[in-house]
Amino acid sequence: MKIYDGKYILVGLVIFIALASFPIWYSHGKAAPAPDPKLDTPVIKQMVNKQCVLPKQEMITGHMRLLNDWRTQVVRDGKRMYVASDGKTYEMSLQNECMKCHANKSQFCDQCHNYAGLEQGVDPYCWNCHIAPKENK
Amino acid sequence: METSRRTFLKLGGLCTLGLGSFRVLDAFAKAEQPKYTANVQALTAKRWAMAIDMKKCWETGAPGCKECILACHVTHNVPDIGTRKEEIKWIWEEKYENVFPGQESGMEPEAIREKPFFVLCNHCKNAPCTRVCPTQATFKRADGITMMDFHRCIGCRYCMAGCPYGARSFNFRDPRNYIKTELNPTFPTRDRGVVEKCNFCEERLGDGKVPACVEACKCKALSFGDLEDPQSDVRKALASQFSIRRKPELGTEPGVYYII
Repeated sequence: MKIYDGKYILVGLVIFIALASFPIWYSHGKAAPAPDPKLDTPVIKQMVNKQCVLPKQEMITGHMRLLNDWRTQVVRDGKRMYVASDGKTYEMSLQNECMKCHANKSQFCDQCHNYAGLEQGVDPYCWNCHIAPKENK
Repeated sequence: METSRRTFLKLGGLCTLGLGSFRVLDAFAKAEQPKYTANVQALTAKRWAMAIDMKKCWETGAPGCKECILACHVTHNVPDIGTRKEEIKWIWEEKYENVFPGQESGMEPEAIREKPFFVLCNHCKNAPCTRVCPTQATFKRADGITMMDFHRCIGCRYCMAGCPYGARSFNFRDPRNYIKTELNPTFPTRDRGVVEKCNFCEERLGDGKVPACVEACKCKALSFGDLEDPQSDVRKALASQFSIRRKPELGTEPGVYYII
């Protein structure tokens, strides 16, 4: 079998395949490190019973819904306190309550949000308005 | 299959019962909902209102005193953009002719015409801004406060067109870089593209504190309280002196009264 201009076609094909598969072989074996949110702030270290508002698993999957419900309650209904299932009362405030314990935004919030491609300026935009605590970096 | 009228009615009754039981189940499910409550220290009222005694402010206050404005800006991280067009205003100074247009006689004492009046959101009973807001980002609370939900604001500025008092400001740019006062870490800043205004310090009321401007005023020219409670500070101030409101002809029923 004879391919007209076979030389050129084959060379072109090789270049095309190399370029098209560039993202695959370039990032091969370089998986982004899994997010590692840190819970080692001074406040959390001092807690005897290290318990958040909800059980850990529920917080991981549902913190965004919780925060949205809190927003509704505080801003629209004027209710500022949340009574957890263990009877403990929390002020429903991202800035004044959540960040009291989780004072390490870059080591906590950002860990997963960046991993999931939600870099600053894209989503979630909580911190465009809410003020994150100062961290010692 | 043959159905008698009697069995049909029986089945119908059973079905209705079955459907009704969903409501009962709902009621049980609700008992396990999380509990949200107000802070026990929170100040409450049927309708929050303010009386501004300008006479007291001019006569007993230091000349050029702006403690109320400063306290507000510190409390709410209000930026100072520096241009009039993009100015962010919560409580600010205005001249008589601009505060009470249509109410001037032209023969007012020099002092009244020249002295500054303090103006802020009137927290109107019939607030035009809440009627025009397409997302209900601004709304009336049960206690009379015209509230902003910055999360919901899409920056359409209908409310700014609707407000007859110019009490609303738009963030044309990210205000973070323009906050000249020390940042209050307990209150958020705003984002580019949202409208903001005075919130009658609802976050302070929720903590049991009176508004920052009222607290900051050294000559006690600002009285704040429940308009429906005859014993409140605001009612006492209004009961003893003649007061006027801004643009009463519009029927917005402002909650801010001026004693001149």
